[in-house]
Amino acid sequence: MHLYRAHVLVCAGTNCSLKGHRAVRDALTREIVGRGLGDEIKVVETGCFGLCEQGPTIVVYPEGVLYCRVKAEDVPDLVGIHLLKGRRVDRLMYREPTRPVAVQTVPELDYFRKQVRVVLDNCGVIDPDSLEEYIGHGGYTALARALEDGPARVLAEVKASGLRGRGGAGFPAGLKWEFGAKAPGPIKYVVCNADEGEPGTFKDRLILEGDPHRILEGMAICGFATGARQGYVYIRGEYGLSISRLEHSIRNARELGLLGENIFNSGFSFDVEVRFGAGAYVCGEETALFESLEGKRGEPRIKPPYPTEVGLFGRPTVINNVETLANIPAIVNRGAAWYRSIGTDTCPGTKVFTLTGDIVNEGLIEVPMGMTLREVIYDIGGGIPGGRRFKMAQTGGTSGGCLPESLLDVPMDYDKLAAAGSALGSGALLVMDDTHCIVDVARVFARFFLHESCGQCAPCREGTLQLHHILDRFTAGRGSREDLALLGRLAKTMAGASLCPLGQSVPLSIMTTLKHFEPEYLAHIDDRACPAGTCRPPAGGMKPAAAGNGRRGY
Amino acid sequence: MSVTMVSLTIDGSPVQVPEKTTILEAALAHGMYVPHLCHHPDLKPAGICRVCMVEVEGQLLVSCRAAVAPGMQVKTSSPAVDKVRRAAVELLVADHDADCLACGKADSCKLLAVSRYVGIEPDRYETLRAHRLRKEVDETHPFIRRDYNKCVLCGICVRTCDEVQGVAAIDFAFRGYATRVAAIGDRPLQESVCESCGECVVRCPTGALLPIGFEKPAREVATVCPYCGTGCGLVLGTRGGKVVSARGERGHSTSQGRLCVKGRFGWDFVNHPDRLTTPLVRKDGELVESTWDEALELITERFARYRGRQAGVFGSPKTTNEEIYLASKFARVVMGTNNIAQVAHLCHANTVRGLIPVTGSGAMTVPVWQIKDAACHLVIGCNPTEAHPIVGLEIRQAVRRGTKLIIANPCEIDLCRLPHIRLPLRPGTDVALLMGMAKVILEEGLLDREFIAQRTTNFEAYAESLRGFTLEQAEAITGVSAELIRETARLYATTKPGLIFWSMGITQHSHGHDNVWALAHLALMTGNYGKPGAGIAPLRGHNNVQGATDLGITPPWYPGYQFCPGYELFPRLDKFKSSKEKFEKGWGYELPDFPGLSTVKQFHPKAKGWGPGEMWDLENQIKLWYIIGADLANAVADSKGVKRALQGAEFVVVQDIFLTDTAREADVVLPAACFAEKDGTFTATDRRVQLVRKAVEPPGQARPDWQIICEIGRRLGYRGFDFSSPAAVMDEIASLVPAYAGINHARLEQEELRWPVASPDHPGTPVLHMGEFIRVGKAEFWPLAYTPSPELPDADYPLVMTTGRNLHHFHHVITRRVAGLNDLCPEDYVELHAQDAAELGIGDGDQVTVSSRRASMVTRARVSERTMRGVVFKPIHFCEKPTNALTSAEHIDAVGTTPNTKVCPVRVEKVQSSA
Ligand SMILES: Cc1cc2nc3c(=O)[nH]c(=O)nc-3n(C[C@H](O)[C@H](O)[C@H](O)COP(=O)(O)O)c2cc1C
Ligand code: SF4
Ligand code: SF4
Ligand code: SF4
Ligand code: FES
Repeated sequence: MHLYRAHVLVCAGTNCSLKGHRAVRDALTREIVGRGLGDEIKVVETGCFGLCEQGPTIVVYPEGVLYCRVKAEDVPDLVGIHLLKGRRVDRLMYREPTRPVAVQTVPELDYFRKQVRVVLDNCGVIDPDSLEEYIGHGGYTALARALEDGPARVLAEVKASGLRGRGGAGFPAGLKWEFGAKAPGPIKYVVCNADEGEPGTFKDRLILEGDPHRILEGMAICGFATGARQGYVYIRGEYGLSISRLEHSIRNARELGLLGENIFNSGFSFDVEVRFGAGAYVCGEETALFESLEGKRGEPRIKPPYPTEVGLFGRPTVINNVETLANIPAIVNRGAAWYRSIGTDTCPGTKVFTLTGDIVNEGLIEVPMGMTLREVIYDIGGGIPGGRRFKMAQTGGTSGGCLPESLLDVPMDYDKLAAAGSALGSGALLVMDDTHCIVDVARVFARFFLHESCGQCAPCREGTLQLHHILDRFTAGRGSREDLALLGRLAKTMAGASLCPLGQSVPLSIMTTLKHFEPEYLAHIDDRACPAGTCRPPAGGMKPAAAGNGRRGY
Repeated sequence: MSVTMVSLTIDGSPVQVPEKTTILEAALAHGMYVPHLCHHPDLKPAGICRVCMVEVEGQLLVSCRAAVAPGMQVKTSSPAVDKVRRAAVELLVADHDADCLACGKADSCKLLAVSRYVGIEPDRYETLRAHRLRKEVDETHPFIRRDYNKCVLCGICVRTCDEVQGVAAIDFAFRGYATRVAAIGDRPLQESVCESCGECVVRCPTGALLPIGFEKPAREVATVCPYCGTGCGLVLGTRGGKVVSARGERGHSTSQGRLCVKGRFGWDFVNHPDRLTTPLVRKDGELVESTWDEALELITERFARYRGRQAGVFGSPKTTNEEIYLASKFARVVMGTNNIAQVAHLCHANTVRGLIPVTGSGAMTVPVWQIKDAACHLVIGCNPTEAHPIVGLEIRQAVRRGTKLIIANPCEIDLCRLPHIRLPLRPGTDVALLMGMAKVILEEGLLDREFIAQRTTNFEAYAESLRGFTLEQAEAITGVSAELIRETARLYATTKPGLIFWSMGITQHSHGHDNVWALAHLALMTGNYGKPGAGIAPLRGHNNVQGATDLGITPPWYPGYQFCPGYELFPRLDKFKSSKEKFEKGWGYELPDFPGLSTVKQFHPKAKGWGPGEMWDLENQIKLWYIIGADLANAVADSKGVKRALQGAEFVVVQDIFLTDTAREADVVLPAACFAEKDGTFTATDRRVQLVRKAVEPPGQARPDWQIICEIGRRLGYRGFDFSSPAAVMDEIASLVPAYAGINHARLEQEELRWPVASPDHPGTPVLHMGEFIRVGKAEFWPLAYTPSPELPDADYPLVMTTGRNLHHFHHVITRRVAGLNDLCPEDYVELHAQDAAELGIGDGDQVTVSSRRASMVTRARVSERTMRGVVFKPIHFCEKPTNALTSAEHIDAVGTTPNTKVCPVRVEKVQSSA
């Protein structure tokens, strides 16, 4: 193995590549080779560092210096000043909003200091296309160990770790695996849910892009523990980079015998196929996902039977989210006790969040379960930009609830957030400042569901339409108190009568906005006024904004 | 199997139901209504309307999906249930047209029932209605009206199409509020694989699906479908003396409420303005309206003049058993002739006559409802989905449940969409294929030796005939690989019970009886007889062609397969005895003692193949024809010759419901009543004898055939033609026909009877040949040999044309007078393989000329990959493109006297446009 003096890691995550990481990478390679440094310095494309807002980002090791918003024109300086002369290029360094001084290196960053990286351990560190690097960082040792330990011990370990599903529902992974293992029948499946249809969520994509083998290893361990020989990754069709990395990784793993027949001569065989989703949000729901994988229309099935009894192609199936599976190798390697030392009692481990909205550091973070909303938003997220006021945060994605300022100190785990009337969900965190009208925000939620309801069951199909129209009437200054009552009634009906969790959770986001911001609703209804000043209907009955400091509509 | 019962309470009252019953079913079974929309007893539960909620231990459960549990306490109504349910129903009602007063489903609408039950608050409902989007009403399909303003998206139609019909032509399309039921690509239904059976319409709980032009009947009459031999139960609705509706009869064991497109929507011919309403008499070369008296007088005079060998009589398998019996009696007694024939001589005569010496009977061995009990289906030379759709459905459902399916056919029939093994054999090579299969069964010891020993004779001779035959020969002749033949043989021989379906692809050959023998032998050597689900299923074409063969409108036998002079001219029948004396006694007249001519021979006396050599070159001897209900001018091979013969005759009477091409050649045309206008019985393909009931009066002066036949008989001075009713005719049948001995109309009102019914207290015979073979006791094997078809392709006529029916039509007369069926399939075509088409420069839809050695005509090309290369298919329905003008009547089968219509060499050329 060739030893290099320095490594330049270029983030090749989707967000950075949208911002043009390729030009930077090419310029770097040209410059380094041009100066005859090709043998000393290696340029590596890696997965996401998490600081998406600041991209394209690069990190120069061994020091770990972070450079942000790098352009191709900056490359001669980077090479000339940093790599040749050993000095830092100050103007490209990251400035933390809370501190005026430029931050030096990755480990020093507040943004990273408070994070604990289990799932994202390799992201931004290894070359995701290199199986050797994954192995070099301890990859596939967990699989080897599992094969040695036997399925029962693996199962016991995963159960003991208390790992809960990261796809949204937080169901204990160990228990699910146990159901899968106990289900009778010669054919079983493991499915990795990488559909990630939630707006503002991109954690699974970045995990897959940054560390694809971790998922394959997790799936293989799951297959071993439950008795499945075949795995599928169901991934959004738009995730081009994740798909190509995954497929590349599957090929490499097969070549090395880490997937396929008789892995490690253990007699255990397992293989993985990648299948593409068509982009409907509801196809992320596990049973709709199966339908879609089977080539049918992606409509949720009624549960029970649960997937571990009747899943894909009617066979017992364990389906886990990408992040859930990404935890597995670490748990197998380091043990349940270690895992339980992170996070809270009922929710051990870490959680990856996607920060979006009115927050300084939009991007991906991984923190121990139980960190408060305030810490996440202010200490890691860098607070609200432009010195504006926090209005509310929505946790758990569009189907999650909205939390006002008074609830900023709620610890973020499945149970505490549920108790606070919201949900942890998939880890989306949308922050809004006080320029947004809450009614309009609710209307946008409703529009999303109107669009995403699969249309199969009556309460959701018809209910989403009605919800959207009622909220539309409010923002147009045509709502009434009766409408408000109707809203509540519809919400109850949908929650109680819808077939799948999509329809059942539609009311949550909308009703939490009403719960925490009722006066703002009443202003729209009784006064025909929009306090945030964003509701400006064309021919509406809405009065001009009373106290609006409207910046933009939602 | 004992059923475990579960006890629970529903609204406080204790009930007991079998385990796994859903709460909804339990409630409905005990007369307790729980609102529901997407539940249908025929279908798997979907649980998507969400209105069937009940409360169990404080939890809301969707009752159509939740199974009962011991001790469960169900509340069908509670504050929690009522609240959620009412709101859910409101949402649905708000999105539904409210023109209930004008809606065709109003008296059976499930949504109306649900909303009446939960109660709707008008105010809120008005608010909710504000945002409805109007959707187009789709009336593009000739029979089915789709109004999505009334659709509650219960998915019953979607599941029906998949689960009942096995077609899956429709599915939910689009998402969310835009969700709609649509055919693939949101194209019109009729452009999809939809079979237009209307099963979805029947089950739709709302007015979203209705028959086009639906009229509510004033009265309903249960009868039998007049199209194919399946014998589905049909309930005709009438008002104002007209038929206005049809539906399936749910309690009917064969069809269980289902009907195909013809049965459900094809009744309109009854009311067609083209129906014959007065007798017509030819005057100065023209057929003009006349009176019964004038027509009958003319007939009486001429009929007395041309009796015996000079007379030919045709009975009709569209008519009732009673009428068929009378036609047979009339021919022999009144006309003094055995020249009594019918169109079955063009189809299953090989099966019927061929199997009497083998197994005693050529009839289907088991009821249609036992099709699903067979473990293996061999479907050869038939296309049940199109020609016998309800049988096709039974096969589909059986295969879904695990029955193995073998399909031998040169065309890729619809059943090929199911899992199957396909043997694409060259037309006319069935014997070689079946001998190959038999050889494998013999060599590999897959025989049922015990069955062969105990219940058959002459097996050695048969085995000997296979000795020199090899699988390699079979492959060379049929084009099917030896390996595939071997695999199929093993599958058939080891998967029991096995049932063999066949139809015209087997029989319409000049060696058709060899095919039939080969098939029966296959069943015999594997012991597939005399057991439920086992045996043979020769699918009979017409509604009552089974009755027509049973009751003797055929030269060699009187009613009941009882032989008359001439039967000894048929191979292997000579071992039976004549029944001439019995019938002379029964009918009270001396009966003719010369052999009669069957259909082809009457018109083509030089047709070769049947009887001793001197019979192959007869002179035209028939001077008078009395033709009841048969369009022979289109049905018989080499149809030009038929018209010539009719034109050359002295006197032709045609008795029919429309002025057919045959009737146009007649001297007198008599207007007959159709199935809906008279009482009687039909015998279905599975031997079930069923009552046909009069629903309306015949149009104008039209009369039932039985009355006409009797009237002529009486006018000619014969006794034995004065019956008060068809029931009385049946009593006479019972007195002379052993298989029908126990049948009378009163019993048929109560019972489901399949012949033989030996006596009034005999329960009928669902499974034939249990214990011993009827009539013969032991089945007799016979040596087999392959004979190639007589007319083979050559450089001038390089393609083989094979003929047949399609789903939307039935022969040439009736369905062409059902506007909707014509819309679905408006014109003739010739279907050819894409590669052949490409080589001939022919594109889909091109005008092409089809020529045989006898005729040539222009039609339209349909290019597909359904036929095999070198084979073209042409339907027989379009008299304007008469397919049988192309076919040959030169060679007929020695047993069935059927012509060789399934192997007709032709040339197909593109018509060069003169642009
Ligand atoms: C409407 C809807 C969308 C969902 N989308 C996703 C998704 O995109 N990714 C995911 O992992 N789980 C999604 N889920 C959750 C899955 O149904 C399922 O709970 C999850 O895949 C189980 O994995 P876990 O136990 O590892 O979380 C969705 C659920 C619903 C109701
Ligand atoms: S709740 Fe909504 S998304 Fe779920 S099945 Fe019903 S219509 Fe489809
Ligand atoms: S058309 Fe009728 S059966 Fe089909 S989904 Fe609509 S309401 Fe149900
Ligand atoms: S299958 Fe035959 S008998 Fe049944 S409805 Fe169709 S045509 Fe009539
Ligand atoms: S009848 Fe149960 S959900 Fe429709």
